[in-house]
Amino acid sequence: MRKIMMTAAVAALAIAATSYSASAAEKLKVGFIYLGPVGDLGWTYRHEVGRQEMVKELGDKVETTFLENVSEGPDSERSIEQLARSGHTLIFTTSFGYMDPTLKVAKKYPKIQFEHATGFKSAPNMGTYSGKFYEGRYIQGVIAGKMSKKGVLGYIASFPIPEVISGINATILGAQTVNPDIKVKVIWVNTWFDPGKEADAAKALADQGADVIMQHTDSPAPMQVAAQRGILAFGQDSDMIKFGPKTQLTSIIDNWGPYYTRQAKAALAGTWKAEDTWDGLKEKMVVMAPYTNMPDDVKALAAKTEAAIIAGTLHPFKCPVIGQDGKPVECKGANLEPGQILGMNFYVKGVDDKIPGK
Amino acid sequence: MGLLEAIFLSVIAASTPLLLAAAGELVAERSGVLNLGVEGMMIMGAACGFAGAYLTGSTLIGALFGIAAGAALSLVFAALTLGMAVNQVAAGLALTILGVGLSGLIGAGFVGEKIVPAPALYIPFLTGIPIVGRILFGQDGFVYFSVALVAGIWWFLYRTRAGLILRAVGDSHTSAHALGYPVLKIRLFAVLFGGGCAGLGGAFLPLAYTPFFIPGMTAGRGWIALALVVFSSWRPLRLVGGAYLFGAVTILQLHAQAFGLGIPSQLMSAMPYLATVIVLVLISRARGTAGSAAPASLGMVFVPDR
Repeated sequence: MRKIMMTAAVAALAIAATSYSASAAEKLKVGFIYLGPVGDLGWTYRHEVGRQEMVKELGDKVETTFLENVSEGPDSERSIEQLARSGHTLIFTTSFGYMDPTLKVAKKYPKIQFEHATGFKSAPNMGTYSGKFYEGRYIQGVIAGKMSKKGVLGYIASFPIPEVISGINATILGAQTVNPDIKVKVIWVNTWFDPGKEADAAKALADQGADVIMQHTDSPAPMQVAAQRGILAFGQDSDMIKFGPKTQLTSIIDNWGPYYTRQAKAALAGTWKAEDTWDGLKEKMVVMAPYTNMPDDVKALAAKTEAAIIAGTLHPFKCPVIGQDGKPVECKGANLEPGQILGMNFYVKGVDDKIPGK
Repeated sequence: MGLLEAIFLSVIAASTPLLLAAAGELVAERSGVLNLGVEGMMIMGAACGFAGAYLTGSTLIGALFGIAAGAALSLVFAALTLGMAVNQVAAGLALTILGVGLSGLIGAGFVGEKIVPAPALYIPFLTGIPIVGRILFGQDGFVYFSVALVAGIWWFLYRTRAGLILRAVGDSHTSAHALGYPVLKIRLFAVLFGGGCAGLGGAFLPLAYTPFFIPGMTAGRGWIALALVVFSSWRPLRLVGGAYLFGAVTILQLHAQAFGLGIPSQLMSAMPYLATVIVLVLISRARGTAGSAAPASLGMVFVPDR
């Protein structure tokens, strides 16, 4: 109760100068920091969809603000603080690079509730959340292994952070279950978003014989290149079927709406706690787009793999996991520990690439 | 299609937006105006070019929309720097911020839409030449135009009286003014030309390169175009070489990675900028002998005495 009073008081203070009615002050003000433009069709777009779903669900109980195109790093601190100072009591910062700035602002404003996506640092008033995207990558690997005629996959990678590396590893592990000799060519483009460069990378991969393209960058450009070349591809972050009706096999869809709604409800009820949330296919934070452009047996295999991951009978990083050097990776349990996946900085056997900077 | 041919095709496509934008900026700078707003004008050209092509179904009209958008934005810059003698660096940076924001607003309704990309225009007989035929004569209209544009600029700057006057304005606006040339009017045309070229370079992206519009899709190409002008030491023919070199570095590093050559990709991504810095150093070391055509009054504000 006290928390609600505080929230209301802070909100009231913040909007005292404006013409809002008294009832408006009861609203929970929720702020979002976005990396790209809301129209990027990828990462930021999906967070925006999540925000809209939350607003739809909670109606006039919440009032939301978002700041888009906020650069990662120290500069984002001002934007986060701006939200904190303007009466927002629940703030989602939606990219890895906002981690330290969020932590700094969280320490300064202990009464405000922060949520940081895809990071690993937290505080009593700062929780973290992320999706187990590698689960989806594993399914894509299985599909790619079946669908690639040449046995060569093309992978457009952004930055060598654990999430991207674990995605590459999960893909090849999935592909190896159906084609032990599968090869993956990796191109690092050093950007999350540059349609031209992503397209160039897709062309380079196709020119060098890859016949299934997968990407860990945000624009639909690689999908379009694959469509032009008559090869297959996977979408990223959102359903990109529109850009490749005869090309997209499936896509990993980030589904933040239920989580944002749940956390806002908790904040409204005063039961919000800083937690480390890491949800996957089971909790529907990661959702697969319809399986398309593949024969029925591959479709069935993909669905079976998805069901097994949801049921917990299949783990993409089931021990033993063999490293690139041929030696098994240290294992404490039946599968790699969450920490090993969240901090992954090694390739598994079969990846024909070197991690940049290693 | 062989791998080599495919690489060359990609290189030319990657270089074309840089060449178009840089060619326009070169003319503006030769008249003495430093417009750092290339990125903003390009993204405006991309948004309006896509809008034009989407609404009319014509790549050509889209390209004209792009040119108009870039020129319109450069008019804002001209009004500030030529009309009100505002600092060119500050105005140029502001122009980029304005362009990025405005293009997002204009393009918002077009995000997620698709168009048919500009077709490759095959030239009878020439395209059929083995190996080089497809590379040189199997391109879209933008590519042919970009090369013709630079040739035209070279001819204008070095073979016409008007070009001589434009260069004179860039080298010493006071002398040109004393001789009775309308410095501000000449610069206005140069800035508008630069804006139109940047708009066309931006429009190339959604019309031919990646046929959709997304805010921020120029992704820093305007800055590379600016670096390219310096790299070419303000000479149009060197600009062509520079643009294709920058494009080649981008494409070859992607292929090198796919081949698994183990060249650090971060280093390769930084190459265009590194090369520009080296050229700048060379220019200042060998002043007069390196053949730099840096305009002497570049970036300086000119207020005519009345």
